[in-house]
Parts: sequence; structure tokens; C-alpha cells
Amino acid sequence: MSTEFRLKTGLADMLKGGAIMDVTDAGQARIAEDAGAVSVMALERVPADIRRDGGVARMSSPEKIREIIESVSIPVMAKVRIGHFVEAQILQEMGVDFVDESEVLTPADEANHIDKHAFEVPFVCGCRNLGEALRRIGEGAALIRTKGEAGSGNIVEAVRHLRQIGNELRRLTILTDDELMSASKELRAPYEIVRMVARDGRLPVPNFAAGGVATPADAALCMQLGAESVFVGSGIFKSTDPEQRAKAIVKAVTHYRDPAMLVEVSMGLGEPMRGLDIATMPEEELLQTRGN
Amino acid sequence: MGAIPEATTVDPGRGSAPSPAPPRIGVLALQGSFALHAAVLRRLGIEAVEVRRAAALEGLDGLIIPGGESSTMLKFLLEEDLFDPLVAFHRTGGALYGTCAGAILLARTVENPGQESLGVLDIEIQRNGYGRQLESHVGACPCPALGEPDLPLVMIRGPVISGTGPRVRVLAEWRGQPAFVREGTVLATTFHPELTDDTRIHAYFVGIAAARWRRQERNV
Repeated sequence: MSTEFRLKTGLADMLKGGAIMDVTDAGQARIAEDAGAVSVMALERVPADIRRDGGVARMSSPEKIREIIESVSIPVMAKVRIGHFVEAQILQEMGVDFVDESEVLTPADEANHIDKHAFEVPFVCGCRNLGEALRRIGEGAALIRTKGEAGSGNIVEAVRHLRQIGNELRRLTILTDDELMSASKELRAPYEIVRMVARDGRLPVPNFAAGGVATPADAALCMQLGAESVFVGSGIFKSTDPEQRAKAIVKAVTHYRDPAMLVEVSMGLGEPMRGLDIATMPEEELLQTRGN
Repeated sequence: MGAIPEATTVDPGRGSAPSPAPPRIGVLALQGSFALHAAVLRRLGIEAVEVRRAAALEGLDGLIIPGGESSTMLKFLLEEDLFDPLVAFHRTGGALYGTCAGAILLARTVENPGQESLGVLDIEIQRNGYGRQLESHVGACPCPALGEPDLPLVMIRGPVISGTGPRVRVLAEWRGQPAFVREGTVLATTFHPELTDDTRIHAYFVGIAAARWRRQERNV
């Protein structure tokens, strides 16, 4: 692993066992930091609002990002549209700590993702399966997260993606060396990375969960399924008591295998965000099918 | 001083787990790079205990506070009754080693911005002293106490130690500032040895914790 890449994954390593929260302004960022978030994710609207309002969802404005950077001491992430490398150049110039090339925003390029090796700032990308994860890592992503279904308040898709990645990882480890080229072809992923993953039995970068986390139990479920941290989007600021819910999710991520603590943190939180039944949603409303 | 007694193996009896080989080291597992620290300790033959509650400190000779977000970990220390037990662990001779965020939590004074800290290591420390992620960097620094070669240094949004008390020994410097310090049984680095293959700092820490274990064995 190159030195530059070690610095990128190193920051992801420091964010393990934590909650990263979507915020749209400085006030929300401070609530997240006070609740114990390890990082905040700047975006112009939370996914539930993007889903409701429609239109083109873009990178947050530089003024908002500046305001968020100045309001907290924890690392600040921000989202760019898939393939929109100029939005990423702007974020890097502003000193953002991590860039999320995100399917939650409207894609700018329907064929290509950003060449993330070309940047000093580390990138996180979403995926639904191992092949997609390895393609993003091949492009230079230093952190992988599940796509789940953002803004749905429904954990079912994040669970599907975590299980899928885990299952495909385990399968890869039992293949013989001469079967790996064929596996690489089926996964549509770089051969060298496939070999590395088959040998190590794990991704070469940290793997976090995202998309649909609404309760402390959802966060702990993702952790027990192998996620190393949890992104929370609409789940915090679309609930009736964001401060308490944010704190509870932070604690649930740390104490994810401690049912007594999960009981304690799950009490007195008010109403979670209203969720969507993904099975009845039309295909074109899904965010997770963006990118490839 | 008499000869140091050999570790005695006590038959734990049927059904109970064998106690881990001394010294017993914990890793504060609230958040951050705790699993990477545990992996380094495993290479040294030590199975670390993950500490999320104060009760898990019982019987430990040393505790590593990992890298991560110091503001997040501090909230757990304050809200989940870990702060005072950690200070007590130090006062009763438990060895402590903090990396990056861990160093911030151990410090006497924290700035940029200021926040509460355990105050068990007489240093003044600036959070994110080098700046944001784009200023993260690698290097190597000489460390006479650990010999050749130079210590590899990975600095991730690292803090800067801007002042040290009279009892603090500076074991390595980076860019003219202390980067690896010791005061009694407390160690701190502003960088992340757990992100490298170099196990010397961890071995040095295990040595400090082992001395405590041997003292306790003699007193039993």
C-alpha cells in the first residue's frame, strides 16, 4: 500500500466504531458533535428531503461547507455527485477531510466514477456488492460503505448489502489461485485487488454501513453484521428528538454487543423518522441503483 | 531487591477460562483504532481485553487509549462513569499509553479547542496541531531509547505537544516538538504506531506494564 493511500485509509481507521451524521448547516453539525459523532457529512438536503422534493441534488454550497468546517473540531465530510470531479476539486481546495462520491446526489456521469487516485483528499463510496466495492477501491476509494436505501428509514437494504458483501468475501477465500481470474471477470473487479481480498479474507479498506439507519438497534444490527462504523442520514434530523437520538445511536455503535446498554439507550427517544416500504417502491425511485 | 519470581501457573479448574499470560493489557474500545492496537499486541503474544466499561479495568496492568476522535471518547468517559476509574487506574500504578486522541485524553491541558482531560500526563497539547486531513503526513524520527532504525511516523490530523512538565521525558521529537513522551508509567505518542509494522513502542509499553505486574505478584 502506498504512503499516500495509508494516510487516506488511516483517517478511516480513526473513524471506526463511530457514527457519522448527515448535517445541512452549522447548527446541526454542533448537535452532532455534542452527541459524540466522529464526523459530520455536509450535504444540501438530507436524503429524505431529496426524495420528497425531487429535482437535481448537488454538492452543498461552499458557504455552508465553510460554516460547518468552522463550527466543529471533528473531521468534516461532504458529498459530491457521482463522476463530478470538479465538485471534488472544490471540496479538496476547501480542506474537507473526506469526500463522499454519493448516489444520494444526482449523478453527473452515468458511465464513470471519479479517478480518486488523482486526489489527496480521501474518498468514500457506496456499494451494494463486492464487485462494486472492489471497483471503487480500484478507482482509489479509501473507505467503502453500503448504499442501503438512503432517506428510507428502512434498514432492509443496508442489511442486504452487508450480507451480500460478507457472503461474497467468504466465497472468494475458498477459491484456488487459478479460479481468481474467472472470479475477477464475474465480479467485474480488478484482478490484483481480487487476489488481495481472496488472500486476506477482508477488504483492503474499512467497511462502514449507510442507508436507512433510524434507530439505535438499526445501528447495532449493522455493527453485528460486520460494519465498522455507521453513517446516519435522515434518521437523526427527521426524528422528533434529534439530540437524544444522535446520542443514543453513538452509544449503540460502541455498545453494539451489549443488550443491556441497547435497552438503556433505546428509551425515551420520541418518534423515529417515518419509514418507507421499499418492496412497494417503484424501481426508478431507488437511489441505490445509481452508479455501477 | 530480590529475584523476580517466575510467573506461576495456576490451574484454573474445569469450566473456567485460563487466565491470560501476564501482563494483562486492555485497549479502550469506545471508538477508533482499538482493533489495530489489539492486533499489534497479538503479534507480541498478548491477547488484549477490550474495555468499554469501568469493570473491565479490574485486573489490568496496562491500558492503551487508541487513536480516534478525542471529543467522542471524552463524552463516553464523562457520561458513562469511566473518567474517575481511569484516573484511579493510573493512581494505583496501572500503565497507560495514549496515541493521538489518546494522548489528548491523558494530557494536563488541551487546547484548540479546549476540552476536559484526565490530567495524568503533564503535557499541554493542541488538537489538530498540524491542521486538517490534507496536512496528514508520514515521516521517521530517531528514538535513542528504542535504538535503530528511526521510528516510522504516521500522523493523521495529529495533535502537537506544545509544552511538557519537568518530570516528562521526551523520547522522540518531530519537527522540533515532542512526539513520544513518558512520565512514570504513562506514555503518549502524537502519531500512530498501530498503523505501521513497527512493534517497538508497544513492546516498550508492555515492559512498563510487566514491571507493575511483577511488583503486584511480589506483594500478594
